[in-house]
Amino acid sequence: MDIYLLEAIINGILLGGVLALLALGLNLIFGVIDVVWIAYADIVMCGMYAIYWLYAELGWPLPLACAVAIVGVAALGVLVHLLIIAPILGSAPINQLLATGGLLFFLQSFATLLFGTEFRNIGVRLPIIELGDIYISYARLLAFAMALVGAVALYFFLRRTFIGTAIRAIAQDRDIVGLMGVDQRRVYLVTSAIGGALAGLAACLLSLQYDVHPFIGNTFGPLIFMICVLGGLGDMIGGFIAAFVISQIISIGGYYTNTELSYVLAFTFFIVLMFVRPRGILSR
Amino acid sequence: MNARHITLAGGLGILVALPFVTPPYFMHLLIQILLWGFVYTAWSMMGRFGFVSLGHGAFMGVGAYVPALLWNYYGLTPWIGIPLGVALSALLGLVIGYPCFRLKVVGHYFALVTLALSQVVMLSIVAARDVTGGSLGMTQNAVGHSWYALQFPDKRYFYAISLVLWLGGLAVWRAIDRGIGREALDAISEDEEAAAAIGINVMREKLRVTVISAALTALGGAIFGQYLMYLNPETVSGIAVSLQIVFAAIVGGMYAMLGPTVGALLTISLNEGLRVGFATNFIGAANTIYGVLLILCIIFMPRGILGVLDRVSVREPRAKAATAE
Repeated sequence: MDIYLLEAIINGILLGGVLALLALGLNLIFGVIDVVWIAYADIVMCGMYAIYWLYAELGWPLPLACAVAIVGVAALGVLVHLLIIAPILGSAPINQLLATGGLLFFLQSFATLLFGTEFRNIGVRLPIIELGDIYISYARLLAFAMALVGAVALYFFLRRTFIGTAIRAIAQDRDIVGLMGVDQRRVYLVTSAIGGALAGLAACLLSLQYDVHPFIGNTFGPLIFMICVLGGLGDMIGGFIAAFVISQIISIGGYYTNTELSYVLAFTFFIVLMFVRPRGILSR
Repeated sequence: MNARHITLAGGLGILVALPFVTPPYFMHLLIQILLWGFVYTAWSMMGRFGFVSLGHGAFMGVGAYVPALLWNYYGLTPWIGIPLGVALSALLGLVIGYPCFRLKVVGHYFALVTLALSQVVMLSIVAARDVTGGSLGMTQNAVGHSWYALQFPDKRYFYAISLVLWLGGLAVWRAIDRGIGREALDAISEDEEAAAAIGINVMREKLRVTVISAALTALGGAIFGQYLMYLNPETVSGIAVSLQIVFAAIVGGMYAMLGPTVGALLTISLNEGLRVGFATNFIGAANTIYGVLLILCIIFMPRGILGVLDRVSVREPRAKAATAE
């Protein structure tokens, strides 16, 4: 096999890890609260700016900056829920989607106000690993590993804790869970906080690979919605698989054509699959 | 009813007279308000019946790029190019609408499928950079004042074109509103299964309004391209434009005929006001306020500004109807 193609496939797998992490957080919110946070990728952008500001401007140590960013973005997730989603929880789902769309405008332009439109990099250069003739970026490998760790941690949280069980129960039947003595509001807040924390973790991993700019969310945002829907609403495993399918399309497609066409391919694949398997790739 | 006609005639008279008294800068704003008002109205034709499309950037992009490319490469007059772009866009609406409606892809699934569509069109334009200039955009070959090329350096011509277009858009809105299909569409947006059960051809009604909406949006995009003489994938298609269309229509009120136009008036004046007020050292201020406004608007008045006004005036007859039942 062509060595460059192999490299593209490996890079696709590594990219899939980060996408899976992003989709996981969105999927959790999607499945539990039944809301699409159109601004999810822009919340990640906030985390990236937080890391940039704390580490590159204020000179904090990187792990501390990352930890603060994760906590901060988790708090932002709670705020988004309290201020935007909670007041309109009862109205049509599309209104909630559009309200977070307003948040998207707000965050993007607020970031422009604070930081300008320049691309900014935290300036950490991780080494590149050489495996024979294949070059793998250490940052990507780390992101992949962390994404897996995050996914496994979330899995155990959902399986082994009371609140995790409640979250899964709500995703299955919203009305009955209340009768079982679960405080729905608390579950929603915890879900939003976890969704935010996952976005914060993704921000840490993306900061190592990409420059941050106010519109970076537009690059990732549409992709992760596709992944969520492809995987099936609230289906974490489906979302995980979909992340790797999409990242392979982008990576291999990019190898044979160019970046934009590979995205076109991925979005077209999504549209077609929506028609073939509207409930997600793992559905029967 | 008579007072209404006088108001209408007066308003129209003012709109016709405006180009003779306004400075060019305001003329530019007016043209933008009319053209965007037209596009927002076209979007609302679907949005008001509950299918929220985030893909209208796709229709606008196709409508703008097809005539521009045909003109630059083949010298084909926009008089043929624009109808071709509009037809292509309508076809796109059909291709995406048919399976969506057949498979009952609704709500946020419909929004996300159409969002993907707008990304497909935008990224295709960028990818075809050898022909379209990619992200750098493209300019139409200018020939000065020409009806054949539909290029007029004098803004008044475009003002007239935009005004006619906008009035046409309102007429289409009215036709849909008054037509028998309106009842059917209302029924579908309330309960699709029930609508089908009483013999409404759900598919045909939905497709009809989608194709009209897509075609008009493309037309708006085409005229916008002719007016600005510059096209950029980011400004005529893609997620940003799609969201802009949705939000302005919602802020203005997508259920009232003039709602989307009010949305255009409001967002463009806000943008310009803030731009002039804060000058350029405050980039992003306009959209920051815009974003907050949108969130507040959706939370507190999901029917938009005109929707709120409308409800106040409509309440009385509604109450009567309720007692009659």
